[in-house]
Amino acid sequence: MSLLELRGVDKIFGGLHAVRGVSFAVEKGSIFGLIGPNGAGKTTLFNVITGVYRPEHGEILLAGKDLAGLRPARIAARGVARTFQNIRIFRSMTVAENVMVAGHHLHSASIADAMLRTRRYEQDERALGKRAHELLEIFGLSHLAQEVAGSLPYGSQRRLEIARALMLSPELLLLDEPAAGMNSQEARTLNEQIRFLRDKLGLTVILVEHNMAVIMKVCETIHVVDHGETIAQGNPAEIKVNPAVLAAYLGQEEPNNQARS
Amino acid sequence: MKRTLLRAAIFVAVLLVIYGLGVACEAGFTEYVQRIVLLAGINVILAVGLNLINGTTGQFSIGHAGFMAVGAYGAAYVGVQLAPVAHRALGTGAVSNAFSFNLALLAGALFAGLSGLIVGLPSLRLRGDYLAVVTLGFGEIIRILFNNATFLGAATGYFGDDPSGLPAYTTFFWVYAWVALIVVLIHNLTFSQTGRSLTAIREDEIAAEAMATPTTRLKVTAFAISAATAGIAGGLFAHMQAGVRPEDFRFEKSIDMIVMIIVGGLGSISGAILGGIFVAVSLELMRDLQQYRLVLYALLLIVIMIVRPQGLLGRRELYQLFRKRKAGSGLESSR
Repeated sequence: MSLLELRGVDKIFGGLHAVRGVSFAVEKGSIFGLIGPNGAGKTTLFNVITGVYRPEHGEILLAGKDLAGLRPARIAARGVARTFQNIRIFRSMTVAENVMVAGHHLHSASIADAMLRTRRYEQDERALGKRAHELLEIFGLSHLAQEVAGSLPYGSQRRLEIARALMLSPELLLLDEPAAGMNSQEARTLNEQIRFLRDKLGLTVILVEHNMAVIMKVCETIHVVDHGETIAQGNPAEIKVNPAVLAAYLGQEEPNNQARS
Repeated sequence: MKRTLLRAAIFVAVLLVIYGLGVACEAGFTEYVQRIVLLAGINVILAVGLNLINGTTGQFSIGHAGFMAVGAYGAAYVGVQLAPVAHRALGTGAVSNAFSFNLALLAGALFAGLSGLIVGLPSLRLRGDYLAVVTLGFGEIIRILFNNATFLGAATGYFGDDPSGLPAYTTFFWVYAWVALIVVLIHNLTFSQTGRSLTAIREDEIAAEAMATPTTRLKVTAFAISAATAGIAGGLFAHMQAGVRPEDFRFEKSIDMIVMIIVGGLGSISGAILGGIFVAVSLELMRDLQQYRLVLYALLLIVIMIVRPQGLLGRRELYQLFRKRKAGSGLESSR
């Protein structure tokens, strides 16, 4: 069974049909690419999956269970973690605190426990700190744990966002343009890290990305949207030569080929 | 076990120190100065409580005088009802007074906390500045309600059944024992997973929500706690001046509280403490200029916004001033 399935999802903003009847299924343990030109509706799809927007029509099933109408926090607690296109870290908090915020499932102490500094509170706090440190270690950020997150360089902030998302112990990770603003060296490291997430941590990853070097290298399946509608789905080799995709990205083809599209 | 003993010892030691300071204060200061010292303590409670919601959580309440009023009236009323019961059970000594006083304070805090819940539930479900609007209205509505509640003395104010007014329970010891308790509890809350989540809500509510933070529940809880502390302050305030009057809790009072936390540094507990003391002292120094107070405060706020927009301490705590920032990391033990 697929981990995430979208069935005929529609999202309308006033007169703008941002997403129109999009359906796809993401297999457990796969790396799934979601691409399309600017304004195609990729981030809107992410926002619909994570509950930020409520779709007008369609179903979103996580392991067969409908996510419709759940608040983002509930969906996150069910194992859907995400990063944001324009980095949204908690800038005035330290790197370690940023990650610890997402550790609710490791935390059972009540507010009274925290106020009275009970043993249970301290155990939870240690568990949070330990897990946060492990994740920072993976992303090479542990030496920055006590730095204020807003002062980190751009690439580190992106990695911090992924580390924070992993603190949720998710099954599904949505990455919104993780390679944006990265140089080719950083993008290569990102490739490895995304594979690592899948191979070693068993995550399913959905990737929105404009950097084709990243998309073509790591994704098994690629889903292409344009103007809110699905125009193609397939493996990287198929997508590379798909005429509809080429048309969407490069504009209309030569007149003698137009009949095909 | 050892920990519990140690904590009990610290607790008793702190109470003894407060008691000692209280004796010294009563012996060394005129009654006028003593009154300012008590007001400063009450302000500290107000500021630390308000800072939890305005500073740490970033949700702006501008009607906290309303919660103080609920606490003041609630504590005064419950205290009056409770006193004869306590006298019968415990005699007329200090123990009986302390019992009914503190129970009355807790009752006031409960009423204030519940009204916080009622105000917060609808307005904090939404993102943005709705809380400011709703609390502004609440502060006024509450004052007008008390102005017309005949069983609470309406516009004259509530002075209890005794012709000499409410009993003067509020002493240095009780004010500062409550200050110590509330500062410690709020500090511990701020530097915990809950506090981190509240700060995350302030920083970026959408991201906090995406990290499974139950944002509405936490905001409402923080707001209710904040309202309850204002209630305690109100109860202490009521019992230091024979009665409570509706005009004690005008909009200006809410502004005073906001000045306290902005002067000290929004989001800093030490800042709120300094701000509370600052406002108590400056209000006394400006007593002759009463009618210009709001003008002066406005000027002061403008100057602070220009010279030091983050307030005296920014978001740091006093004990963090001299070292690199590593607030509440939790990676090493926080004590």
